[in-house]
Amino acid sequence: MERVYKVYAINNGTVIDHIPTPLALKVVEILGLGNEGVFTIGVGFQSKRLPKGKDILKIENRVLLESETDKIALIAPEATINIISNGKVSEKRIISVPERIFGVMHCPNPNCATNKLGAHSNFALEDKETMTYRCEYCERVTGIVPENLTAPE
Amino acid sequence: MSSFKGRDIISLRDMTIDDLWTIVMRAQEVKEGKHGDCLKGKTIASLFFEPSTRTRLSFESAIVKCGGNVFGFADPGASSQKKGESFSDSIRTVTGYCDAMVIRHPVEGAGRLASEVATVPVINAGDGANQHPTQTFLDLFTIHEEFGRLKNLKIGIMGDLKYGRTVHSLTHAMAMFDAEMVFISPPSLRMPSAILSDLTEQGISYRTADTPEDAADMGLDVLYVTRIQKERFGDPLEYKNVAHGYRINCNTISALGDQVRIMHPLPRVDEIAEEVDATPNAIYFTQAHNGVPARQALLGLVTGGIS
Repeated sequence: MERVYKVYAINNGTVIDHIPTPLALKVVEILGLGNEGVFTIGVGFQSKRLPKGKDILKIENRVLLESETDKIALIAPEATINIISNGKVSEKRIISVPERIFGVMHCPNPNCATNKLGAHSNFALEDKETMTYRCEYCERVTGIVPENLTAPE
Repeated sequence: MSSFKGRDIISLRDMTIDDLWTIVMRAQEVKEGKHGDCLKGKTIASLFFEPSTRTRLSFESAIVKCGGNVFGFADPGASSQKKGESFSDSIRTVTGYCDAMVIRHPVEGAGRLASEVATVPVINAGDGANQHPTQTFLDLFTIHEEFGRLKNLKIGIMGDLKYGRTVHSLTHAMAMFDAEMVFISPPSLRMPSAILSDLTEQGISYRTADTPEDAADMGLDVLYVTRIQKERFGDPLEYKNVAHGYRINCNTISALGDQVRIMHPLPRVDEIAEEVDATPNAIYFTQAHNGVPARQALLGLVTGGIS
């Protein structure tokens, strides 16, 4: 028998759709969701917009902050975010590239103060089109590499 | 004009053209004999977590000449970090002992981190391959002293343009003054494309060249020479061949014209022949000496001794 729902609907919370496969787990990681509440993940759905497939993440009973949804733009600028209240979409949120990123990205420069002296990672947007950021410490410019993204400190 | 008192000096990226002018003008006044006691009663910490000769000695000379006191260390082995103390804790401690601190550290961003934990002004005297702002201040002061202006000069920058922090900072500063620039280097050590893109965006005219003679038609005001480091080349023979083509001698000066002034952040190895030293074109020792008034001016400004 075919399943009616591949990922169950939620009554309240946040639905993140159109995450390029297989980045849903990375989204969970950079949002720091691992140890709190209930969330469900669907991986590898067919999508017209994303030929390589899409992932869906549904977070129950939690409305993500704007700053949290902006972090998603770092790895999945195509994602769509809906806030669900009482089983209906109460807000369609447009994600935008954050001007600053605190604590969610490692600086790739091994000789940076963030990697050697315990400084907290802090990047400023350098170029929106190319999605590049400048480290506030070593001043190197870097693109977004999912492997360098981590949970919030 | 923004006030300098209490300000950290970490990166050229934090400086405006007005800031640079202020430093150059105050350095000129210091060299003319003014502000001689601008550090009277002040104590400056000189924390060199990495060996340095010119920068450390010129800072310490600047402090003493302005009537200040200096303490610190010239060797990281003398710091408590050897005992396992964190860098931030060292800075938090020393900030209570001084009115300003000068820091050199091999890690990029160390100066910025220090400025976040210190309660006194921090001057970055070099952080790894990143920034060395006071070198640029003394370079600008020397250029202004020589030409009477900073605007609209023609500058050749030669050597290791890929990794050299000095040339990156100088390029950034000269772009503020609408310089016309030529970048002379072996193909493997070209100026990073991000810096060239910045110049294009700012409407700065520049070109690249393989040898200084390629820029002979420009009528360069300044040729700024930097060392090509042996460790950048895997093959010693390749280094030898490349380095040979980047040696300035009197023939190079003849090709570039009598007006050209040769600068170098020092130490030089063999990229400028000694025969150039005696020519009026050589200003690299004056440039090194100008590190003292430039740093006197800066220390006076950040401690409030010069307004």
